[in-house]
Amino acid sequence: MLRVAGITQIFGGVTALSGVGFAIEAGKITGIIGPNGAGKTTLFNIITGIYRQTSGQVFLEGKDISGVPAERLAKLGMVRTFQNIELFSKMTVLENVMVGVHSRSFCGVLSCSLKLPWAIAEEGRIRAQARQWLDFAGIGDLADTEAGNLPFGKGRLLEVARAMALNPKIILMDEPAAGLNSHETAGLADLIRTICAQGVTVVLVEHDMELVMDICDRIVVLNLGTKLAEGTPREIQENPEVIAAYLGEDR
Amino acid sequence: MKKDLLKFLFFAVAVMLVPYALEGGYLMNVTVFVGIHTILAVALNLLLGYAGQISLGHAGFFGLGAYTSGVLTATYGWNPWLVMGGASVAIGLIAFVIGFPILKLKGHYLAMATLGLGIIIYIIFNETIDITGGPSGLPGIPYLQIGDVVFDSDLKNYYLVWGITLIVMLLAVNLANSRIGRALRAIHDSEVAARVLGVNARLLKVQIFALSAGICSIAGSLYAHTMTFISPASFGFNFSVELLTMVVIGGLGSVYGSFLGAALLTMLPEFLRFMHDYDIVFYGLLLMLMIMFMPGGLVRGIPDLVRKAAGRKGGA
Repeated sequence: MLRVAGITQIFGGVTALSGVGFAIEAGKITGIIGPNGAGKTTLFNIITGIYRQTSGQVFLEGKDISGVPAERLAKLGMVRTFQNIELFSKMTVLENVMVGVHSRSFCGVLSCSLKLPWAIAEEGRIRAQARQWLDFAGIGDLADTEAGNLPFGKGRLLEVARAMALNPKIILMDEPAAGLNSHETAGLADLIRTICAQGVTVVLVEHDMELVMDICDRIVVLNLGTKLAEGTPREIQENPEVIAAYLGEDR
Repeated sequence: MKKDLLKFLFFAVAVMLVPYALEGGYLMNVTVFVGIHTILAVALNLLLGYAGQISLGHAGFFGLGAYTSGVLTATYGWNPWLVMGGASVAIGLIAFVIGFPILKLKGHYLAMATLGLGIIIYIIFNETIDITGGPSGLPGIPYLQIGDVVFDSDLKNYYLVWGITLIVMLLAVNLANSRIGRALRAIHDSEVAARVLGVNARLLKVQIFALSAGICSIAGSLYAHTMTFISPASFGFNFSVELLTMVVIGGLGSVYGSFLGAALLTMLPEFLRFMHDYDIVFYGLLLMLMIMFMPGGLVRGIPDLVRKAAGRKGGA
C-alpha cells in the first residue's frame, strides 16, 4: 500500500532521518513509535507532501509520490490529521467536514456564482455526505457549532471526520490520542478500528503505548532518525533494542 | 438559502427607492460613487476577507479598467460595452499571470509586492502621456448608452451603476456560500489543512485574485464613463488604502459589510465639509474607534449594539 525507501532528511546540519525504509500493508493499522526526536513527525510530513525529503522515495500503491504536493495526494486517496489539530476554527463543524468533500466536487467559480442547477445539486450532495461523516464520528449534534469553540477531544473527532470525508484509501494520524483523556482515547480506538474495518489503511504516530499495543497490527520503531525495529506489538514489546531505546541502556 | 435571497431582494428594493428619497440633489452624485466603491470593496473583500490575502494595489486594477475604457472609447471610438467586458477579461488574465509569483508571498511580503504593483501601474498612467494624457488626465470619455438612452445624468447613472453593483453583490454572495467560498475560508484559517484535504490553495488564491481584479476593472470602466474625465490621482496608493479601509470597517468576509464600508467612507467626507481641512482628524479618530470597539466591522458591530441595547431594556 505505502512504502518508503531510503528516506533521508537533513535540516541545515541536523540529520532528522537517515535511510528509513519500510512498507505498510493495506487494510491494517500500523503504528510508528519512537522516543521524542526520533523523526516520526518529520517522516509524516515527508510522506504527506508537506516537506520535500533530501533523498529517498515514497510509493503509494506502487506509484512514486515523492515530491507530489499535499493537495494532489488527497486526490490519490491519502489524507492525514495533525498533532495539534488544524481545524478551520472560524467555520462551523459541518462546514469543516464539507471542505473535506471539496476534492470530490467539481463546480467552478462560474457555476457557483451563477448558482447553476448542477451547482445547487452538488452543494446538497456535499452537505449530505458531510452530515453522514459527522454522524460516523459521533458528533452529528455539534454540526452548527463553530469549530473554534469545540473542546479538544471533539475537535480531534472532527478532524478525523473531515479526513474521512475524502473517502481516503489511507489515513495517517499524527498522535491522535495526544491531549485526550482515557475515556476519549477508548472512543478514538473504537473509531480507528471502525475506519480500518471499512477497508481504509490506518497509519498512526503515537506516544500512548497502551493504545498502540491495543489497536495496531504492526509497529515500526524509529530512534534517532533510523528504523530500529519492525514487527507485531508482541515482537516489539520483547525486542531488547526497543526496550533499551525507551528505558535507556543498562551499562 | 431562502433567507439569503430575501435579504438580497430587500436590499435591492431599498437601493431602487433611494433616488425617490433624495429627490435629485447633489447627494445623488455621491450615491453613484457609493455604488462603484461597493463593487470595488466587494472585489477586494473576496480576496482579503474570504481568502485572507491582502492587496494594496487594487486601485491599480480599478485604474487599468478606467484607462482601458477611457482610451479605447474616447481616442479610438470603440464600443464602450465591448471594451468594458473585454477589459475585465484581459485585466483578469493579466492578474492571473502576475498572481502566480506574487501570491506565493504571505503577510507583509504580499502587502509590499501588491503595493509595488499598484505603484508601477500608477506610474504608467502618469508617464505614458501620449496615450493617457499623463497627470493632466484624459477628457472626453463618452457616456454609456443603451439604444437611445444616454446615461448622462446622475439619476440614470445611479440605476446603471447600481444595477451592475447588485449583480456583482448577488454573484459574490453566491460564490461565498459555495464550495469555492468555503475553500477560501479554509485557506484563510489553515492553509496546510486545506491543502491536505485536497484544496489547491495556490491555484484558488490566484483565481480569486484574477476574479477580483476583473471586477475592479468593470468598476473602473463604469467610473470612466460616468465621470467622462479621469486622471491618475484617482488610482494611486491612497485609494488602495481607502478601499482596504472600506473592507475592514464594513466587515471582513461580508458582502453587505463591504457596502456599509463603501457607503460610510464615500458619504462621510460630504458631511464633514464644514470642518474644512480638519475632517481628516475626525476621519482618523473614527477609524481608531472602529478598530477598537467594532473589530468585526459595521456589519457585525451594529447588530451587537442593537442586541446590547435591547438586552438593557429587557433587563430594566
